[in-house]
Amino acid sequence: MRVELDSLSKAWDGVVGADNITLDIADGDLVAFLGPSGCGKTTTLLMVAGIYKPTGGTISFDGRVVNEVAPKDRGIGMVFQSYALYPHMTVFGNISYPLRLKKLDKEEIRRRVGQVADMMGIGDLLDRRIAQLSGGQQQRVSLGRALVKEPQLLLFDEPLSNLDARLRLAMRGEIKRLQNELGITSIYVTHDQIEAMTMADRIAVMSKGVLQAYDVPEALYDQPKTLFVAGFVGNPPMNFFDVEITSTNGDFHAKSEALDLLLPHDRAVKAAASAKGKVIMGVRPEDVFLVDDAAPPAADLTLTAEIEVVEPLGREDLLGVSVGDAHMRVLVKKSQGASVGDMVGFVFDLSKVQFFDPETEQSLLWA
Amino acid sequence: MGRRIAYGFLILSVTPILVGYSWLVIATFSFRTEGLLPRNAEGGIGGFTLSNWSFVTDAAIWNAMLNSFLIAVTMVIGVGVASTAGGYALSRFKFAGRKAFLTGTLVLHAFKAEMLLIAIFFVLRWLGGIPVIGSFIGFNSVGGVALVMIALELPLGIWLMKGFFDNLPWDMERAALIDGASRFRVWWQIMLPQVRPGLAALSLFTFIAGWNAYLVPFTFTIGTKVANMPVFLSQLISDTAPTNWNLVAAVGMFQMIPLIIFFIFTQELLLNIYAGGSKGT
Ligand SMILES: Nc1ncnc2c1ncn2[C@@H]1O[C@H](COP(=O)(O)OP(=O)(O)OP(=O)(O)O)[C@@H](O)[C@H]1O
Ligand SMILES: [Mg+2]
Repeated sequence: MRVELDSLSKAWDGVVGADNITLDIADGDLVAFLGPSGCGKTTTLLMVAGIYKPTGGTISFDGRVVNEVAPKDRGIGMVFQSYALYPHMTVFGNISYPLRLKKLDKEEIRRRVGQVADMMGIGDLLDRRIAQLSGGQQQRVSLGRALVKEPQLLLFDEPLSNLDARLRLAMRGEIKRLQNELGITSIYVTHDQIEAMTMADRIAVMSKGVLQAYDVPEALYDQPKTLFVAGFVGNPPMNFFDVEITSTNGDFHAKSEALDLLLPHDRAVKAAASAKGKVIMGVRPEDVFLVDDAAPPAADLTLTAEIEVVEPLGREDLLGVSVGDAHMRVLVKKSQGASVGDMVGFVFDLSKVQFFDPETEQSLLWA
Repeated sequence: MGRRIAYGFLILSVTPILVGYSWLVIATFSFRTEGLLPRNAEGGIGGFTLSNWSFVTDAAIWNAMLNSFLIAVTMVIGVGVASTAGGYALSRFKFAGRKAFLTGTLVLHAFKAEMLLIAIFFVLRWLGGIPVIGSFIGFNSVGGVALVMIALELPLGIWLMKGFFDNLPWDMERAALIDGASRFRVWWQIMLPQVRPGLAALSLFTFIAGWNAYLVPFTFTIGTKVANMPVFLSQLISDTAPTNWNLVAAVGMFQMIPLIIFFIFTQELLLNIYAGGSKGT
């Protein structure tokens, strides 16, 4: 089912939940709503579900405006963070509830519940009470209950955030696989960007009720359109520096008290063209490297700075580095033996550098 | 050592109650008592008799028992329905006058029944004038007494149930709405089962309040036709003739028997209620 949100807004006398959200979801796609706590993800999702009445704008399913359609008539299934199972019913009672309300006959109900339960791997738990299930099993029941009515649209509100890390990883793959196989259009709310990046066909990044960006995961990562998106997507987050762009003899430099770097021509031209000199430069932690002393690069490509913190992450070390007033995070390979207090040289992969207007916080590269 | 002190304290504090109940039991089977000692006509120890219990063959007391039961059960049903419905609405819906209603009920709860007796009398008289149903809910009717008692219990009941509903997550009823349930069905099939412990506690309080009700039935009933047990008991205590206290004790005991049986069989359930909360979610 195709879902279109057009200038969708929700406010409670003064409190803005969602502000003017416009986006299209293609049939069969999984779209993630990503954003920090309180940014309006749940609010938007509940409007799509029909639980909240929009204060403005429209929601359309396959071109039909559904603003006035009751939740039960929208053909949706929803999975909640709290699972929202009915504790006074058995697993069978929970999964069969939507079908019983539809007054299907007993045989049909048993067949469909059995089918879904087997799909979710909980076929042997049907007689259990909800309190007798683990969190992971409860989430499967909840997913089963959403799937059993064969919905046209699946809504997930942070379904995995109450599970431990290992289970989350397993369920993530499973939900994605199911969604793919069944081809059900889905909206997946999360504040975990890895979840969003790995599962979603497109990601809607939200902040303070406003849709910041809506794009495929790679584009959000490589071509962030706003400072917020650049800082929010990616872990550890992107490093930002206040710099001035100068040009001498056709060479562009990014300068601040602590650094002076020669910029690649194509990106620097755009940055210099639209700003009044001062810009915010962004570099991801994995695009900064320790200088190899055996083959040092040109001086205007390196930066010498002091290591403040070393956080071992297992496969890599995350360095905290002070650059003048600013701090920078750098991901380096384990073996390089950096330690706290060292003054070391860093070289940047500036072909991936980002530039933002400090006032509008819009990207200067990707309009 | 600390244990002993604790037990000593407990024993000491329940002694007066135990003595009281012991007297009650002994007195009902005695001709006369002196302290806790039963005496016979000659003043010696003894004088066991069942004569105090002879009232069980009297139809009037069974009528009073029935009235007590009807009042209590009507109250449990009325308070239960109104409190769960009202508590749910106040917990979940926004509507004009919600705040005023909530504070209003609290203030109403502060009014003692005694202050309202005269006003209620006029209301009951007026209700009694309604054709057909008037004789069931007006002055000097079991329904009328129950109605007044329900009204007096409702502020507490509504607030109690609102509190229980407030503690329930919204997601569960959202899920049910999406699953295809109507608002009413959500309340009935999904939310009510979650507040069962609260409803059970409220029903119990209400039943006891109704069973022991004295002031309201005493004020709004005449004679013995609609008298309940406490009123019947009070009629045994006369201002002019000497009161047979052993008979009063026996009737009082008789009034307690259903409650005692009820408590024995629901002990475990009650403990669960007080220990609190629904399991799961
Ligand atoms: N029923 C409500 N009444 C008033 N304000 C609300 C209501 N629901 C949400 N809000 C407000 O709307 C904003 C968005 O809330 P929302 O629940 O959509 O955030 P969210 O993105 O889902 O956050 P989280 O990740 O913490 O779940 C918040 O500021 C919140 O306080
Ligand atoms: Mg939320």
